[in-house]
Amino acid sequence: MSNPIVTIKNLSVTYPNGHHALEDVSVNLKSGSICGLVGVNGAGKSTLFKAMMGFVKPTAGNVSIDGMSVRNALKKNLVSYVPQTEEVDWDFPVLVEDVVMMGRYGHMGFLRRPSKTDHDAVAQALERVNMSEYKKRQIGELSGGQRKRIFVARALAQGGNIILLDEPFTGVDIKTEDSLIDLFQSLVAEGRLILVATHNLGSVPSFCDEVILINKTLLAYGSVETTFTQDNLSKAFGGMLRHHQLIGADLHDDEDARGVTVLTDDERPLVLYGEEGGKKIVRTPKRKKADKT
Amino acid sequence: MIDLLLEPFTYNYMFKAIWVCALVGGVCAFLSSYLMLKGWSLMGDALAHSIVPGVALAYLLALPYAVGAFFTGILAALSMAIVKQKTKLREDAIIGLVFTTFFAIGLLIVSINPTAVNIQAIILGNILAISDYDIAQVVIISFICLFVLLLKWKDLVAVFFDENHARSIGLPVNALKITFFTLLSAATVAALQTVGACLVIAMVVTPGATAYLLTDRFGRLITISVLLGSLTSALGAYASYFLDANPGGLIVTLQTLIFLAAFFFAPKYGLLKVRKTIAKKVGA
Repeated sequence: MSNPIVTIKNLSVTYPNGHHALEDVSVNLKSGSICGLVGVNGAGKSTLFKAMMGFVKPTAGNVSIDGMSVRNALKKNLVSYVPQTEEVDWDFPVLVEDVVMMGRYGHMGFLRRPSKTDHDAVAQALERVNMSEYKKRQIGELSGGQRKRIFVARALAQGGNIILLDEPFTGVDIKTEDSLIDLFQSLVAEGRLILVATHNLGSVPSFCDEVILINKTLLAYGSVETTFTQDNLSKAFGGMLRHHQLIGADLHDDEDARGVTVLTDDERPLVLYGEEGGKKIVRTPKRKKADKT
Repeated sequence: MIDLLLEPFTYNYMFKAIWVCALVGGVCAFLSSYLMLKGWSLMGDALAHSIVPGVALAYLLALPYAVGAFFTGILAALSMAIVKQKTKLREDAIIGLVFTTFFAIGLLIVSINPTAVNIQAIILGNILAISDYDIAQVVIISFICLFVLLLKWKDLVAVFFDENHARSIGLPVNALKITFFTLLSAATVAALQTVGACLVIAMVVTPGATAYLLTDRFGRLITISVLLGSLTSALGAYASYFLDANPGGLIVTLQTLIFLAAFFFAPKYGLLKVRKTIAKKVGA
């Protein structure tokens, strides 16, 4: 198995209408990790995705994937994309297995006739996301979490080692979110790179290894522990978050100066606890394993 | 009795009308499977009306009508694209504006030269009196369409379902979309001969819409749609002999009757079944 590394070098994207979407972004992504891509709406998250899939041409800089151009990487099916649930037409007359099979098209011949390998890959992908029993369902008959799963299965069937997920947690309940995270972590353990665009701050420390904070340009990039701090988040979200702070005296009568900061947009809140009013993350709450019912 | 039923086939012009209709009906139905899924159904209507001036001009200049139709079809598509880019008007307003303009120009050309062009033939179709030259055009167009669709139907499904994903697996999305619309305009040009400009829209929407109520799989949807399109078109042309009626009107009426049947009685999505399911849930 190859060891894909995404190298983004001085990437700038300006749309034909003059809108500067990204400016001078440079990051190197390692395989075997989950990387959160965090920023407000319009910060350029989707533009970065589009650049990684070659949908937009960089005005400066470049993206290379496993040492190849994006175009060649796509031809080798290295990059899989999992769309937002809202982007999909759920009334489309396709069954679950048909959708997953579409992930195999890049491996098939001119007429897209599935071989045994293709059928096996689809069966395995469905097994992996626990959706085998739903393979004959029309996609609109699935629940929110199941809908996400089949698109992850499509990415798996495609076999790419880099998976781009666009807002995977919008509209799913906490239990589903936890089981999706379990799935992502097991995929990463096999040496894949997962890049998750999200504005759901609270869940980032619990499952991401690294985080990219952007707002038109790169604000911070690094491991969650050192990068996902209140200062950086203020830069990224500037006043767009609900912000609750309980510092020293509000909390206790003793000399302890530590405080609690809660940042939330409407999703799971981010809780920071530590010195200087919680500016430094002393400890992020680790996620408990989801109860298997 | 059997002699009477076979009577239409003894006339060469009836026999031609039946098989040409079946062919065109099948091609249009194939395209309808895609068209109705994207909210682009009215594009078919717009195309059919926009090609009228082209057809009129082609007859005037004694060119193959397909050439004229193609030319104005592309012109109309370009005008829509330009108006859309340069104004904030909504798509439906632009389609309405552009296609009526083209249709009006077509009517104008025809009314100024009433002898050279038969207005009825364009608007209502002229399948019973179709010339061999026109049949050749229809057949060539239909076979090219069928050929391309049979080769690339799966890629088109992928593009229609999830454009971004299609791109990410390396499919030439824009080329496929352009191909689809080229085939669509070609098919509407062919259908113009059979049912006329006014009813082309039904040929590229109704069979697909009916099949949509009957299945959840795209491959089957195409099969059902093509069968419905071909059979209703052949039957409509055939029955027009006995009723002495306009074949286009008959074909579309038949298609609508089948749609209504599916609407009420489809095994999964029919009104009766849905009612029953709801009643069961409420009762339980």
